[in-house]
Amino acid sequence: MTAPGMAGEPDEQTESRGRRFARWLYPRRRAQLWLLLAAPLLWIGLVYLGSLVILLLNAFWAKDAFTGKVAPFDWTLKAFADILTKPVYAIVAGRTVLIAVLVTITDALLAFPIAYYMARIASPRRRGALVVAVLLPLWAAYLVKTFAWRTILQGNGFLSWVLSPFGIPGPGLDELPNAWLVLSYLWLPYMILPIYAGLERIPDSLLEASADLGAKAGTTFRRVILPLAFPAVVAGSIFTFSLSLGDYIVPDLVADAKFIGNLIYDNSALGNLPVAAAYSLFPIVIMLVYLFVARRLGAFESL
Amino acid sequence: MTAPPGTPLAGQPDSDPARRAPAVTLEHLVKRFGEVDAVSGVDLEIRDGEFFSMLGPSGSGKTTTLRMIAGFETPTEGRILLHGKDVTGVPPFDRDVNTVFQDYALFPHMTVGQNVAYGLMVRRTPAAELASRTDDALRMVQLEGYEKRRPAQLSGGQRQRVALARALVNRPRVLLLDEPLGALDLKLREEMQIELKEIQGQVGITFIYVTHDQDEALVMSDRIAVFNRGLIEQVGTPADVYEHPLTTFVASFVGTSNLLSAAAARDILGMDGTFTVRPEKIRIGAPEDSVATDEHSALGRIREVVYLGADTRYIVALDAGGELIVTQQNLQASSMEALAAQGRVVRLIWQRQHVLALKGGTTTSGEAEGAET
Repeated sequence: MTAPGMAGEPDEQTESRGRRFARWLYPRRRAQLWLLLAAPLLWIGLVYLGSLVILLLNAFWAKDAFTGKVAPFDWTLKAFADILTKPVYAIVAGRTVLIAVLVTITDALLAFPIAYYMARIASPRRRGALVVAVLLPLWAAYLVKTFAWRTILQGNGFLSWVLSPFGIPGPGLDELPNAWLVLSYLWLPYMILPIYAGLERIPDSLLEASADLGAKAGTTFRRVILPLAFPAVVAGSIFTFSLSLGDYIVPDLVADAKFIGNLIYDNSALGNLPVAAAYSLFPIVIMLVYLFVARRLGAFESL
Repeated sequence: MTAPPGTPLAGQPDSDPARRAPAVTLEHLVKRFGEVDAVSGVDLEIRDGEFFSMLGPSGSGKTTTLRMIAGFETPTEGRILLHGKDVTGVPPFDRDVNTVFQDYALFPHMTVGQNVAYGLMVRRTPAAELASRTDDALRMVQLEGYEKRRPAQLSGGQRQRVALARALVNRPRVLLLDEPLGALDLKLREEMQIELKEIQGQVGITFIYVTHDQDEALVMSDRIAVFNRGLIEQVGTPADVYEHPLTTFVASFVGTSNLLSAAAARDILGMDGTFTVRPEKIRIGAPEDSVATDEHSALGRIREVVYLGADTRYIVALDAGGELIVTQQNLQASSMEALAAQGRVVRLIWQRQHVLALKGGTTTSGEAEGAET
């Protein structure tokens, strides 16, 4: 507390204490790091990793057959046995991975030309406009976009209205390709942006050197542009693949199909937490393998 | 040295008519970027087998001219002929020229060997020939054994050599070099200047070398074109350009600017116009020294002394107005003696034959000199 008479003057006592602390801190790198990271580390350690660990433990705990409650520390592999013996789990996992792969390939094929145009051909003004246009859909809520697709795809919706003069019926809301279509639409920006950044980093002189050495446009693309942009494509695929793998709302709303997430949801809703936990390890393992491969391909330098 | 255009260089056969045609002919070449004239009418003939430099400050149009020869830029007006054949609209991959880029432009995802073999690979050269020519090229730039390295693992000088090998392996008839030594330190640059000149002698390819470094151009070139504001001010041998600069710009860009104009020119030389005297042609005497009839002299005061190791540079403020720079070798004088000369009143004396009349009023010139020497 400062005396009223000293108002306006700096409080010498606290100021020197602050300076003293700053001087103490300046050479101590480790203390600086702790100050910077203590709060986020606490959060990650307790909330983030803690919940993952509990999830993991749940997968190995038994369910009391009588009450239906999870019995902690009652170790069993029954949940895994369930998943491996009942074919529905394998079918749904295969379907989810298949759609995630298809979505990733579709987005890569669509995103590359767009990103190439943005990075290497468009004028700076048009490039800025396109970046905004790519980001704009991300401002709209995921559910809103999914419901918009419902109105397009449903039996008497927009698509069936467009197709009816040709005698083709609309797709309705119970077709698996709908999930591929809508997920590809939803995650496209996550593929465009890394590829755009990757292509923008390639110096013009490399392309000129390739032409100078006798390569036509196709060869330059295959030998120079594609290898240099490939890590960026892998970086984008991490997003499209993992987001598709974890999705359970789109398949439910537009395809009436079960994905991994739907089975996890159903199991936990039915009170079969160990099976839900065990099954949720499956996409986690897939993503860990995927990230390992992506790292080997140099994708992390392109994020 | 200043043979008429079309004359083959010594030791080269005269019988092949393609050999006798200039390696590169530029006919009224113009390049506009929007409103800006990068190159505003360049005529030039570069002889086969010549080491030709394009010298000029940044923005003078030399790099744009080189890029038009390579095919990266399409001329707004004019024609480009390679060995007598019009290639104005031909894309780079169909031109018999190769380029060494300023930033080297090595492919970072390929090894040194793959970089050098790239041109042969895209032209589908048989594997055995590809391997032997790649080896030869790497040996020429003293990088044998580096095939498996990546460009990122090399030093700047080594990257520069890879870029050179990658261009030379294709055996182009013309090699374009865009300030290839710009990123190297002085010592390495001087070594590479000599090495480049030697390599050019070995392979007998026409080298077109873009630089803003006058010393580099003087050391390496058979002939130099001095660029200014999108035009060529003078073409000639290094000795021509240095000792007989045609314009004020050439005099000041190649060598130290030492101009006498207006009142100083009238007082000292008795002539109207702009004149130059090279700093090493001037000697410093006492004010009372006598002056021979074939000499000019001017009184002045040494304003500043710059000690340069082997030489000392004196900046002398003339009584008649303006300044002259005098360089003298430190043959006997110590640095102490040289520096003590500051403030002294002196008489500068030089021979009349070393005074050169220049075209162009101030420091720039609007008028271009053609390619004819």
